Amino acid sequence: MALDTAQAGFVEFSKVQKSYDGESLVVKDLNLSVGKGEFLTMLGPSGSGKTTCLMMLAGFETATHGEIMLNGRPINNIPPHKRGIGMVFQNYALFPHMTVNENLAFPLEVRGQGKSEREANVRKALDMVQMGEFGNRRPAQLSGGQQQRIALARALVFEPDLVLMDEPLGALDKQLREHMQYEIKHLHERLGVTVVYVTHDQSEALTMSDRIAVFDDGVIQQLASPSDLYERPENAFVAQFIGENNRIMATVTSKEGDETVVKYENGLTGRALAVNCGDVGSKTVLSIRPERVSIGETEGTAAIDAEVLELIYLGDHIRCRMNVMGNEDFIVKVPNSAGHKHLTVGETTKVSWQTEDCRALDA
Amino acid sequence: MTDTSLQSNNAPMMTADGIPLKKSLQMSLRREKLRAFGLVAGPALFILILFVWPIYTLFLKSIDDNLVNDVLPRTMAIYEQWDGQDLPDEEHYEAMFLDLTTAEKLQIGKVSTRMNYAKSGWKSLIKKSNRKFKKLDPNQPLKAQMIDAEKRWGDIEFWLSLGIMKDRVTAGYYWNAVDRTYDSKKNVIMQPENRQVYVMFWKRTLLVSTIVTIACLILAYPVAYLLATLPLRTSNLLMICVLMPFWTSLLVRIVAWMIMLQQQGVLNDSLVGLGIISDDNRLPLMYNFNGTIIVMTQVLLPFMILPLYSVMRGIPPTYMRAAQNLGATPTRAFIRVYMPQTIPGIGAGVILVFIVAIGYFITPELVGGKDGQMIGNQIAYHLRKSLNWGLASAMGVILLVAILTLYWVYDKIVGIDNMRLG
Repeated sequence: MALDTAQAGFVEFSKVQKSYDGESLVVKDLNLSVGKGEFLTMLGPSGSGKTTCLMMLAGFETATHGEIMLNGRPINNIPPHKRGIGMVFQNYALFPHMTVNENLAFPLEVRGQGKSEREANVRKALDMVQMGEFGNRRPAQLSGGQQQRIALARALVFEPDLVLMDEPLGALDKQLREHMQYEIKHLHERLGVTVVYVTHDQSEALTMSDRIAVFDDGVIQQLASPSDLYERPENAFVAQFIGENNRIMATVTSKEGDETVVKYENGLTGRALAVNCGDVGSKTVLSIRPERVSIGETEGTAAIDAEVLELIYLGDHIRCRMNVMGNEDFIVKVPNSAGHKHLTVGETTKVSWQTEDCRALDA
Repeated sequence: MTDTSLQSNNAPMMTADGIPLKKSLQMSLRREKLRAFGLVAGPALFILILFVWPIYTLFLKSIDDNLVNDVLPRTMAIYEQWDGQDLPDEEHYEAMFLDLTTAEKLQIGKVSTRMNYAKSGWKSLIKKSNRKFKKLDPNQPLKAQMIDAEKRWGDIEFWLSLGIMKDRVTAGYYWNAVDRTYDSKKNVIMQPENRQVYVMFWKRTLLVSTIVTIACLILAYPVAYLLATLPLRTSNLLMICVLMPFWTSLLVRIVAWMIMLQQQGVLNDSLVGLGIISDDNRLPLMYNFNGTIIVMTQVLLPFMILPLYSVMRGIPPTYMRAAQNLGATPTRAFIRVYMPQTIPGIGAGVILVFIVAIGYFITPELVGGKDGQMIGNQIAYHLRKSLNWGLASAMGVILLVAILTLYWVYDKIVGIDNMRLG
């Protein structure tokens, strides 16, 4: 669904590169197409180039090379104030010397709207974020969550087609953050605006987005829907960055269609799904999600010896740290279901997994 | 359960050792208060001795008029009995004679100076009389003898002028400071035309301070903006350029300006050399109003730059970005979003520069020439040359009140807690 709309190419980065010092590239060859009405998240660790991309889109940074198109129009040479893109800043950037009403009226005022029209629009935007009673307050008199809503309202009040958000929830506490995630998501669904959202919080990205672009080292590592990203990571970085992941080093010994036979470092062999591994003889990283590992032998897969090192009781599941082939950080999530196997620390047991859950990725 | 928790709600709360809670709270608070007081006692004493007391004595000096009563007690004691129509009677002359012949010589000098402010002529009259009084016979009627010795004793104006000085407290110095004086009936009148100078000085002081403040603001704003926005290494260099003159001796800087601005100075030579002005029309930049303005602006510039800089440094660049993102042109964003946020800095800088400028003395003294002098120079003159300390004190108090008023107005308009000095 999201991929279909993406073809419309409302926002398009083509071969965009960015360098600050002329020596290294912060963004390397970025190609990205965002569909109209899509919620796209740029996710990545700090310094991965995601914020730079957003700033180039907003017009505060210029692309060193390449072209950025908005609605089919190249915008490289259009100054920020003529782009008509709404933006929510990391620290909200609400003007402290203006009241909430004045803050919201500002974009309308510079667009030459009349007073009565302006007031009506401000009122509408405030009601949209349920802040109707706070119009005469100053930003400093509002709590973090309220400021967040006002920032959102200000970015939307002039009805832009595209809204950028630069880690807008970073300053809020966990509970409020989760609440605001749903609120932003619902606003997006209701208004149908295109949103480009930047965050380093993967759960935030998974919750809100239609598609997620995972950034690392100035390159998009994978662009996919949240479920694809979690269940079908294409490389070791994405597998590691999104959710929890067990890594096992191995060597490719042969390939059979979609699957590959790998040799573990202790000499045993196993099977894995060939996703992004090299040719026969090359190193590979096997990625297995903790909840896809079963304790004991399962039908059709080879079981491997594992020593229980630590057990953490988490209510709905038990988190078990194990030593599997020398990897002492191998995590298994044992569901706390009726009749599950009770483990004890120091015990040696066997772990196994389905071949399609074990993905052979780049080393 | 312990017995303390069993107490009923109406009984006073007790601490563990049975002392009422309120009492023990007071005791602990008192100890804290004492300690706090001990800590501030030193600075408070310092402020008292170095600020409050001198200002208080300055104020007393400006209204003090004890001298005539102290030195001429007999004369002033019976002064009220005179009707002020004709020349006073014999007893007044006798009292004056006794006062002048018995008082210390130093006091006579002081009092004659004071009396001269009330009516010019007193000083020479007393000086001359002092010599001639030795020849007079105290046992004969003195009125005729005194008038005979010095005929100004027969001038009723001198006797009338004593009435101005009969009170021990006077507002006369304040009236003098604004070119007014008392007539013999203690009505406030204008000084004679040729002695009206101070109003002009006050006006000029305000004018110079205002021009200097505005010039400083215009020059400092872009510099402070650069300082706050340039990368750290460049801005540090610029900061040194700002602070270097600040650390240099004032006199050195003024001499440097003299070299720059004089008729045959660097600036005029350059302008003539470039053919912008002809050799006959060299600009008078020095020893006049212009000199005061130029040099004071340069000297006071850091007082404007530093508060502005400290405020600007605290304004994150995202505000400007946000404003542009919302559709404002960079100019509009600057005026509507950036500038209003620098108001605390502008306020602090303006008030600081204006206060320093209004009492400035050394620069006008050195480069001001005749028409660049300010009220500060008049105060210095009366303190050091004419020794009219009463007038100098009155001017000082007026300056102080002007500054406090300014401060009050600023507080009403901008709010003093919005001010940031650095």
